[in-house]
Amino acid sequence: MGQGLSAKMAASAFWRQLGKNRLGLIGAGIVVVLFAIALSAPILSPSNPTELDGQHILSRPDPHHWFGTDRLGRDVLSRVIWGSRISLLVGFVAVGIATLIGIFLGALAGYYGRWVDSLIMRFVDLMLCFPTFFLILAVIAFLEPSIWNIMVVIGLTGWMGVARLVRAEFLSLKEREFVLSARALGASDLRIIFRHILPNALAPVLVSATLGVAGAILTESALSFLGIGIQPPTPSWGNILTGGKDNLEIAWWLSFFPGLAILITVLGYNLLGEGIRDAIDPRLRRK
Amino acid sequence: MLYHILKRILLSLPLLIGITFVSFVVIHLAPGEPVSLQTDLNPRVSAASKAQLRHLYGLDEPLPLQYLKWVGRSFRLDFGRSFSPDGRKVTEKIAERIPITILLSLLEMLVILLVAIPIGILSATRQYSLFDKATTVFVFIGFAIPTFWLALLCMNLFGIHLGWLPISGLQSLDYARLSLGGKILDRLRHLILPVLVGSFGGLAGFSRYMRSNMLEVIRQDYIRTARAKGLAERTVIYKHALRNALLPVVTILGLSVPSLIGGGVIFETIFAIPGMGQLFYNSVMSRDYPVIMGILVIGAALTLLGNLLADISYALVDPRIRLSKG
Repeated sequence: MGQGLSAKMAASAFWRQLGKNRLGLIGAGIVVVLFAIALSAPILSPSNPTELDGQHILSRPDPHHWFGTDRLGRDVLSRVIWGSRISLLVGFVAVGIATLIGIFLGALAGYYGRWVDSLIMRFVDLMLCFPTFFLILAVIAFLEPSIWNIMVVIGLTGWMGVARLVRAEFLSLKEREFVLSARALGASDLRIIFRHILPNALAPVLVSATLGVAGAILTESALSFLGIGIQPPTPSWGNILTGGKDNLEIAWWLSFFPGLAILITVLGYNLLGEGIRDAIDPRLRRK
Repeated sequence: MLYHILKRILLSLPLLIGITFVSFVVIHLAPGEPVSLQTDLNPRVSAASKAQLRHLYGLDEPLPLQYLKWVGRSFRLDFGRSFSPDGRKVTEKIAERIPITILLSLLEMLVILLVAIPIGILSATRQYSLFDKATTVFVFIGFAIPTFWLALLCMNLFGIHLGWLPISGLQSLDYARLSLGGKILDRLRHLILPVLVGSFGGLAGFSRYMRSNMLEVIRQDYIRTARAKGLAERTVIYKHALRNALLPVVTILGLSVPSLIGGGVIFETIFAIPGMGQLFYNSVMSRDYPVIMGILVIGAALTLLGNLLADISYALVDPRIRLSKG
């Protein structure tokens, strides 16, 4: 149709390229395992994550408590397993919000150009002036640290990159023949944007979203660590680490395991995201 | 050239206004009114007193007027008085903390430059070697590691188990009794962990950027020409390639200002360093709104300044831009 590859050929080329990328596959593996852990938390976790055990406060890792216990006697392994649910939930919802906003604004800016573009891009520049973490902290200080507020705020401060990507794609795609022919056939602007251009612009958004989940998980754990995120007793990897900070000399396991969980998770999503990026970018493919 | 700089500065002004606007919106996110914080818990405050307080703070005026007054005060750096018991001026509290945060940020930038540039160059020139692969692993871990976790681990290892470095504050308890040399050493020892841990993320990012930049530069025609001329590889790399790859360094540094300022919140809190970040954290925890707003606006303004400097310095450093604009 004058576009080169058909969608099906492009898709299978993508999967083949992704399959060749070992790091990307490792990332994908980590992501899948993490999902499995989060989904099977009720079965997998040895005990109730909020169950207090006054007899075993701050006990070292042993066969009974693989990751030890915290100051209230709760089993750290269970809390880490259940914490994966929080991390994934926050990660996906926050990125979902950011991606939706970014696609919307980026499409508008890229498609209509001129003053709409200038206005939206100035807004992006403005939002980028604020140190993101400052802004998130300030907003959550004014609201209350509930999981929904956190997800929304992380989303509202993270759409700028997506918007720029989508805008760039739209700028280049809107001059292509398939758009011109659609317009000649009388298609409305809305239809052109959503039915024709957007599906082709989504590839870099997928990369951005994957990497975004990693970033959102890091941000949420930082917030919870500082005490302004997920509040105990709900287990979040960040708020277990708060206990680690408070008991630094006597309970190394409180610091070690949740942080390791965050590291592996974020690494998994980063590797997957980079793998997808390599798979879709024709310039980067080695001969 | 000058025109280019002026244009950049002019373009930043609306952003400055925008910062005040967004901050104003953020303040008004709080449910309830600012004065209710001070009066709600006291059942003996009469309605008349509440109305008087509202009038005192100008809260009974229309919002746009409130906004204009807010902008005016912000430009004069008047953010009111802190809600905390000491009730000091916000600007005063921030001003005494900024130098430390700036010092930390500068030191972190220095570390990033000193370490990331050589790593980037070496991994680019020895692409696919063991060194390159090792640094790639390092970079990926650097991107994925929660920096506050790294801080905790380092504190645990170097501070507690090995006892080599102090883990909190800027000076030891017996600082006053030390000699001048001892004082300097003491300060340095306290700064080592925060600076190294704080620069870790930036290190990873920057060395990766240097690597890809170097790789791109090395593929250029002029490098091929230099090699064809018979120049020693050392000269080719360090005299020709490096200069071009280093062009965006200042820009990147300017662009990393927001993450250094923002990251300061975590590190200053963990390492108990009395900087702007720690002040921000304390204010957030105690809902000290005037201080929160002051730091937000100043932080954003500093970021804007950093971006501006990065832009200008890139124009200065890149001869292609410097010589083209009038």
